Amino acid sequence: MLKSHAAISGIGATEFSKKSGRSELRLAAEAVFAALDDAGLAPADVDGMVTFTQDTNQEIAVAREIGAGELTYFSRVDYGGGAACGTVAQAAMAVATGMATTVVCYRAFNERSGRRFGQPDARLGGQPTSQGLEMSWHVPFGLMTPASWVAMFAQRYMHTYGATSEDFGRVAVAMRRHAATNPAAWFHGKPITLEEHQASRWIVEPLHLLDCCQESDGAVALVVTTAERARDLRRSPAVITAAAQGSGTGQMMMTSYYRDDMSGLPEMGVVGRRLWEMSGLSPSDIQTAILYDHFTPFVLAQLEELGFCGHGEAPDYLRDGGIEIDGRLPVNPNGGQLGEAYIHGMNGIAEAVRQIRGTSVNQVPGVRNVLVTAGTGVPTSGLILSTG
Amino acid sequence: MTEPAPMTEPAPMTEPAPTTAPAAGPGSALDRELHELADKQVALGEMRGSPSVNPVNEPMIRHWLDAMGDTNPAYLDQGVAPPAMIQVWTMPGLRRDVKERSPVDDMIARLTDTGFTGVVATNCEQTYHRPARLGERLTPATRFSGLVGPKQTALGEGYFATWNVTWYGDGDDPVAEMMFRILKFRPRQRASEKAPEKAPERQEPKQPYPLRPAVNEDTAFFWEGVRKGELRIQRCSDCGELRHPPGPVCPSCRSANRTHIVSSGEGVVYSYVVHHHPPVPGRETPFVVAVVELPEGVRIVGNIVDCPTDAVGIGMSLRATYRAMDDELILPMWAPRET
Repeated sequence: MLKSHAAISGIGATEFSKKSGRSELRLAAEAVFAALDDAGLAPADVDGMVTFTQDTNQEIAVAREIGAGELTYFSRVDYGGGAACGTVAQAAMAVATGMATTVVCYRAFNERSGRRFGQPDARLGGQPTSQGLEMSWHVPFGLMTPASWVAMFAQRYMHTYGATSEDFGRVAVAMRRHAATNPAAWFHGKPITLEEHQASRWIVEPLHLLDCCQESDGAVALVVTTAERARDLRRSPAVITAAAQGSGTGQMMMTSYYRDDMSGLPEMGVVGRRLWEMSGLSPSDIQTAILYDHFTPFVLAQLEELGFCGHGEAPDYLRDGGIEIDGRLPVNPNGGQLGEAYIHGMNGIAEAVRQIRGTSVNQVPGVRNVLVTAGTGVPTSGLILSTG
Repeated sequence: MTEPAPMTEPAPMTEPAPTTAPAAGPGSALDRELHELADKQVALGEMRGSPSVNPVNEPMIRHWLDAMGDTNPAYLDQGVAPPAMIQVWTMPGLRRDVKERSPVDDMIARLTDTGFTGVVATNCEQTYHRPARLGERLTPATRFSGLVGPKQTALGEGYFATWNVTWYGDGDDPVAEMMFRILKFRPRQRASEKAPEKAPERQEPKQPYPLRPAVNEDTAFFWEGVRKGELRIQRCSDCGELRHPPGPVCPSCRSANRTHIVSSGEGVVYSYVVHHHPPVPGRETPFVVAVVELPEGVRIVGNIVDCPTDAVGIGMSLRATYRAMDDELILPMWAPRET
């Protein structure tokens, strides 16, 4: 079992902006330097690298730029933001099996000033690959933006459980409250009210503008090594108690409309079951959770799939600040992607490490275990990080 | 009643940019100057123009109805003008030599002078209080209602300027009102702009629709069916299982022997979205996309057409319809089923 064999011993990031003014490769190198400095390691110590299939910076290019030497492990994880925790899972497997000793996971992009994922791309269909053919059942009808793919689930969720747009809005309000006190967050000092959420314009009904996360330029890097070695490094280790990837039956990329009642996220159910099984923990052992929040409705579905509440119960769970910093389960104390930045889930993992270290600007008291998830609506991944 | 009216401003177009454009950006000296001017123009309130040169008249109404293809005889029978003609009566014509004062012009001129040379009309809402009557002279009155910006837009940095026009009739009562908004922007520099400007290409009746499906040997039967007005569902020749979207191998029995049935063309809305933003190539927003459940037991995604967006709901009964998107591509869509 992978349990507790590896740890995250360094985190690093660039500033989060709308226009970095620098190349994506430079952002990657800056974040990796910051993570290595944080861990007290040198580029020469790095012998493994993992990133997203979607990242434009090859492992060898980043290795050259930071002045690393030989690599003995490199891999990529697919499916958009679903890769985030998967990169750490791959790194943990690599150090646990001896494929490498020091693996850097990174994600770097100019997602706001460069290629924006929220804009329609007519080339999404078009190619007769399995993914192009899958997209071809949707793109010709103009169903081609992440907001619209998620909105289709949100509408059905509302119908099935009687949830309302305000229930989704409470997620946005919580994230912006957390971001308001996080100086690294783009929306630092800019909380919102539920009324402002309701008054924001339609993007794709039933999603308002404030149901959709921002777009960002920036990079985040994480250093993974064995738990044993991590205990000798300068920072307290964030031990990887459990790591999992998951894909559901009949899975598609964002458009799994053909398999079930469309009111949940079965792939996150797979990840959750694996995390609880591997860690031996249960939801009551988690002091704070980092839940992927590119769109608010899927935060509700995640709370249900991970067992923090029953199916259809998330609207009640959220009420009265349930996921706010002083609530029953503080979610994304950094402000999440709605409030801090959209770095494809990697900034959330960095926040989980800070919560374990006890160094977050919005520190939750007494943190021992943090659950982290990755992109929703796609094959995804998750982690449980622990003190130790 | 309120309905969207056609834009009267050509959009988008640009005027030659001054060689040196002052620095803009929120809080800059220029930004403050523009907002001060805007406040001044707002404070001017409503400014009356001259009464229309021609009274509301039958020949112009007849030409307009003809151009619009409107065959409703009610207007001329009752001696009134179609409400949507309201702007026609007070258009200044191409060679206006007497300049009417308006609180809008100074604002627009200042924006142009400071480098915001591009203009695109973004909003136009008209409210009709009563039809204009034959023989009546209408008097327009304009007030500037606000400047918003600077905003970063896909066209470039710019300001949104809004004004309202009210047309008064012979009895000095308001006949119609209009809210009009434009974006004045600094056009982005494009590499291709170095080439001499070409006249815009003439639009063909059917532009190629940009959102084309990929088709291969596993999915061609479906699109062939659509061209014949059939909604085909893949059926396993061995175990009989129906499947959509289709694929090369039956997940139930491993058979690669495939055939299809033709669906009844009926369906029910299982879920749906109304797309507003961002703009989608080849589409006018808002539009509706739905997951439709077929009585045969499979689901399929398609647009709902011939139905106001706010009338769509989960459980609504639909029938398939087929729409030519261009000279080659037909897409299956869904319309409300008459009960």
